Amino acid sequence: MPSLFERQADFGAALLDPARAVPEGLVGPDGRPSARRFAVYRNNVVLSLIDALAEAYPVVQRLVGEDFFGATARVFVTENPPDSPVMLRYGAGFADFLDGFPPLENLPYIGDVARVERAYLASYHAPEATALTVEAMMATAPETLLEMGMVLHPSCRIVTSDYPVGTIWQENSAAGQPAPIDLAVGGETVLIARPEARVDLRLLPEAPAQFLLSLGAGHSLTRAAETALRTTPDQDISSLLSGVISLGLIVGLQPVACESAATRD
Amino acid sequence: MSRPASHTFPGTIPPRAGVGLKPQHYHEILETRPEVGFFEVHAENYMGAGGPPHRYLEAIRAEYPLSLHGVGLSIGADRPLDSDHLDRLAALVTRYQPELFSEHLAWSSHDAGFFNDLLPVPYTNETLNRICDHIDQVQSVLGRQMLLENPSTYLAFTESTWEEVDFIAEIARRSGCGLLLDVNNVHVSAANQNWFPRDYIARYPLAQVRELHLAGFAPERDEAGQPLLIDSHDRPVDHDVWDLYAYTLSLTGPLPTLIEWDADVPAWSTLLAEAQRADAVMDATCNEGVEHAVAL
Repeated sequence: MPSLFERQADFGAALLDPARAVPEGLVGPDGRPSARRFAVYRNNVVLSLIDALAEAYPVVQRLVGEDFFGATARVFVTENPPDSPVMLRYGAGFADFLDGFPPLENLPYIGDVARVERAYLASYHAPEATALTVEAMMATAPETLLEMGMVLHPSCRIVTSDYPVGTIWQENSAAGQPAPIDLAVGGETVLIARPEARVDLRLLPEAPAQFLLSLGAGHSLTRAAETALRTTPDQDISSLLSGVISLGLIVGLQPVACESAATRD
Repeated sequence: MSRPASHTFPGTIPPRAGVGLKPQHYHEILETRPEVGFFEVHAENYMGAGGPPHRYLEAIRAEYPLSLHGVGLSIGADRPLDSDHLDRLAALVTRYQPELFSEHLAWSSHDAGFFNDLLPVPYTNETLNRICDHIDQVQSVLGRQMLLENPSTYLAFTESTWEEVDFIAEIARRSGCGLLLDVNNVHVSAANQNWFPRDYIARYPLAQVRELHLAGFAPERDEAGQPLLIDSHDRPVDHDVWDLYAYTLSLTGPLPTLIEWDADVPAWSTLLAEAQRADAVMDATCNEGVEHAVAL
């Protein structure tokens, strides 16, 4: 009689590997082995994991079609089963997998679309936080404020791509109207955030993108402003900051560790 | 084996029909405040830090009794419970104070990872000891009684030495857990294992049952042409299951009863109609029972 450990190791290995024989000692009511009965568990496991990916990556699914998505996801899930029962975190490596999946070579942007979807999901489930108001920020003296770092809302995610991923996402999301994809328009940077109940996705011009990336990296307001100005010299920094505040993206101030002018890049 | 330290419940779930809460219906439920006895959620769907799931669940929980149903603890596995996962469950219990907490007689995690399915266990003494230890641990960490749900199974293990119903009764006796009797699972397993579903129910430790589940199944056949019912939760409750439900209620009296519908989720009105039907069966069966008793 197999031990419980042997039984479950054998059962589990056979679930994800259709080439493996059905474990012995699994029978129907007639006492005879039944591959069809074991196949129910194999199907349940693989299909439920494919469904979980489809739920997490609906835009990728729409772009490649349901059948192709299912076949692709089947390869991913059997090689990368979840390592946690918290399924809302499942699929972290899917974007990298898509990048390296030879049948998708002709869709070079698909991995970055998956990164946008992953960021969307992370934003959706991120902790709650209360945005700072302009008034609260004004309570700090301007010269102090300039040397402070800004704590971004925990739901903030920024995805930078060589492809127009924000546009592709918008056109192929549930509410979108799919249109021919024109890669000639170039790369896009996308901000995904949920300052309130809803996740918003917006395209970021270069200055705000660099500004938020710099703040997100823990740099001071001054350094973030310098970074923004380097890309867009005529950028109005105070309107950039008030825009970021009004979107509810800043939830606190924090000191910046030792940032001298010499180390500013 | 120790009994749980305390049985403090925030409230009680009324002996009425409730519905499995789905994100598609959050908004309509808050808008229309439907007359249902309770809502049940899968614990793992609320293990994110924040966001819409928690916002909606808080609003709905404020208006309705709540049952928390775990689907990932892997109580039937050969290894220690995932203590991080148990902590996550404890945090949800603390946050939402659900009236009931339930998990499955099944396993889902092993060396290869988490399988996202409720896999069957062999009914042996080794499994029995494991499961009772795990339930002790759950009840001690959560500080309350848990309910254990009977599985739907598609095959049997030749090494099993217990019948399922005796196995479950022994778990309840040893661990002091309560039971969630899934009537659809009884129907599915009985068809797949060639049991008589009413015998199973009649032999079940019904005094420990605190909740019933109802769901739809998909009928298929195995390679020998024998019935193979799949517990798919993707359609209305079958008429045979409604009959078995009425039979169960005739033995237990009214119990909180959940309508589960987890795939191809229909419009809210369809779920509400299923819940109303369960309430109607409960009223008819249990009131009839009372009259019958009075007439005697």
